Amino acid sequence: MSDLTRLTIAEARAALAKHETSAIELTDAYLSAIDAANGELNAYISATADKARTMAKASDARRASGDVGALEGIPLGIKDLYATEGDHTQACSHILDGFKPRYESTVTANLWRDGAVQLGKLNMDEFAMGSSNESSYYGAVKNPWRETGSNAHYVPGGSSGGSASAVASWLCAAATATDTGGSIRQPAAFTGTVGIKPTYGRCSRWGIVAFASSLDQAGPIARDVRDAAIMLKSMASFDPKDSTSVDLPVPDYEAAIGKSLKGLKIGIPKEYRVEGMPDEIETLWQKGIAWLKDAGAEIVDISLPHTKYALPAYYIVAPAEASSNLARYDGVRYGLRVPGKDIIDMYERTRAEGFGREVKRRIMIGTYVLSAGYYDAYYLKAQKVRSLIKRDFDLAYAAGVDAILTPATPSAAFKIGDENLNADPVHMYLNDIFTVTVNMAGLPGIAVPAGISSTGLPLGLQLIGRPFDEETLFRTAAVIEKAAGKFAPSKWW
Amino acid sequence: MTVDLATVKRVARLARIAVSEEDAERMTGELNGILGFVAQLDEVNVDGVDPLTSIIPMALRRREDMVTDGAKVEDIIANAPASEENFFVVPKVVE
Repeated sequence: MSDLTRLTIAEARAALAKHETSAIELTDAYLSAIDAANGELNAYISATADKARTMAKASDARRASGDVGALEGIPLGIKDLYATEGDHTQACSHILDGFKPRYESTVTANLWRDGAVQLGKLNMDEFAMGSSNESSYYGAVKNPWRETGSNAHYVPGGSSGGSASAVASWLCAAATATDTGGSIRQPAAFTGTVGIKPTYGRCSRWGIVAFASSLDQAGPIARDVRDAAIMLKSMASFDPKDSTSVDLPVPDYEAAIGKSLKGLKIGIPKEYRVEGMPDEIETLWQKGIAWLKDAGAEIVDISLPHTKYALPAYYIVAPAEASSNLARYDGVRYGLRVPGKDIIDMYERTRAEGFGREVKRRIMIGTYVLSAGYYDAYYLKAQKVRSLIKRDFDLAYAAGVDAILTPATPSAAFKIGDENLNADPVHMYLNDIFTVTVNMAGLPGIAVPAGISSTGLPLGLQLIGRPFDEETLFRTAAVIEKAAGKFAPSKWW
Repeated sequence: MTVDLATVKRVARLARIAVSEEDAERMTGELNGILGFVAQLDEVNVDGVDPLTSIIPMALRRREDMVTDGAKVEDIIANAPASEENFFVVPKVVE
């Protein structure tokens, strides 16, 4: 076959079933593509070629014996946040220098159970804190998309920037990612890929390096809606090792694709029309509304009045939980140790050298808001605001709304090294303005490509669903995908 | 609320992060920028609102009080920067 890396998971699955290709052939095609492209894109921080070939051969042997899993022989990229046994697992931080876990995360174990092949570990913002992948200890990732007629390099978004870049540039069939405030959906929107953050509790957090435990959720980034559905089916499970994991059956998400939208009610929240939003984002949103209406959905205007408070509340809750989770990096049990004159000095030097600027900033904010006398004023207040944000959604769903359509991001991708954004942390945080509400309320959200900006960069729409109703998101996103078409960058790397 | 240089140094100490004078000054500005941004929450009335504890109503699961894991000393110290005879080694903490 010609270029095996261009096949979607569904296409590769069919080709493998007909013995037109093999897991090892597919895997070798991806490993060669990574070799050729990664020097330029920096999407992978570690390719696990030997492991990939061993897994691929084992997959081919299983297939020959008639034992075929849902992802049999499909080569995947894994975000560096996931513990994979014996491999680089550092959340792209210097402080986890040399860490190689002796265990496997539940989500990746589920993927290997279903026959998938691990190509390597993907770049990301340090500890998943960032919206541009520029906070990685291993350097920025390039977006395979560039502006028409320009050679300037753009960010792939963050924190799952390596995942999004690798999927868009055909360096893996799909990738795992995680989303705490928009880290799956914003990079998917910036790279013309599909990313879903499922309901909190749908995928196990066990073995995923913790950032903000009440918000973190695993999900896939894939080339199209069907592939995202196939991935999520394997990633999701009930896991007794995660006390917030939910014991509900995992539906066949793929079966939701192609169902009619007749009878569905789609809410359009007026609060997502923010000041300074480019006209082309508004135009894209209107197109999305028209496509869903044409497909038989009923469109209703709704109000989510606490939307504007989601981002400020997030910047209390997430840093507070991060400061607590990241207390474990002390130079004693794993990773980097910088010697000091006594043990406190050793802790302080290790953490000063091991954490990057953005991570330190968030640990400092978190430590401050949790410090004596401030807990009620900040953390408790923010958790109450979260209840109000969730109540806004509950009321909309109680009034019969099945899903909510919004833009995914307030703009297209920006350039690597953007001085305004890097000088002002709050300005960078505004990237997550449309995605962070979903994490605060624990709901599922999907980003789906819907168009191209006037400068030639991809733009996405977001659909937000009821708790554990990812099926409606796949069903609706598939209609947008069909109407908008698929988007791919022209290869320059 | 805003923070001053002394507060930033105290918080850095609590967070066990060594900061230079220059770092502390830069951080003071950055933290005040973020605290200014989150101050928008002052507008929200949360009287009688409970803090969010779970996404769908669910009780925290309980499990049998029994040993389900352990005997993995080698795995646990495998990544330690310094270890000796199954112990983590740290600088001396008592004279």
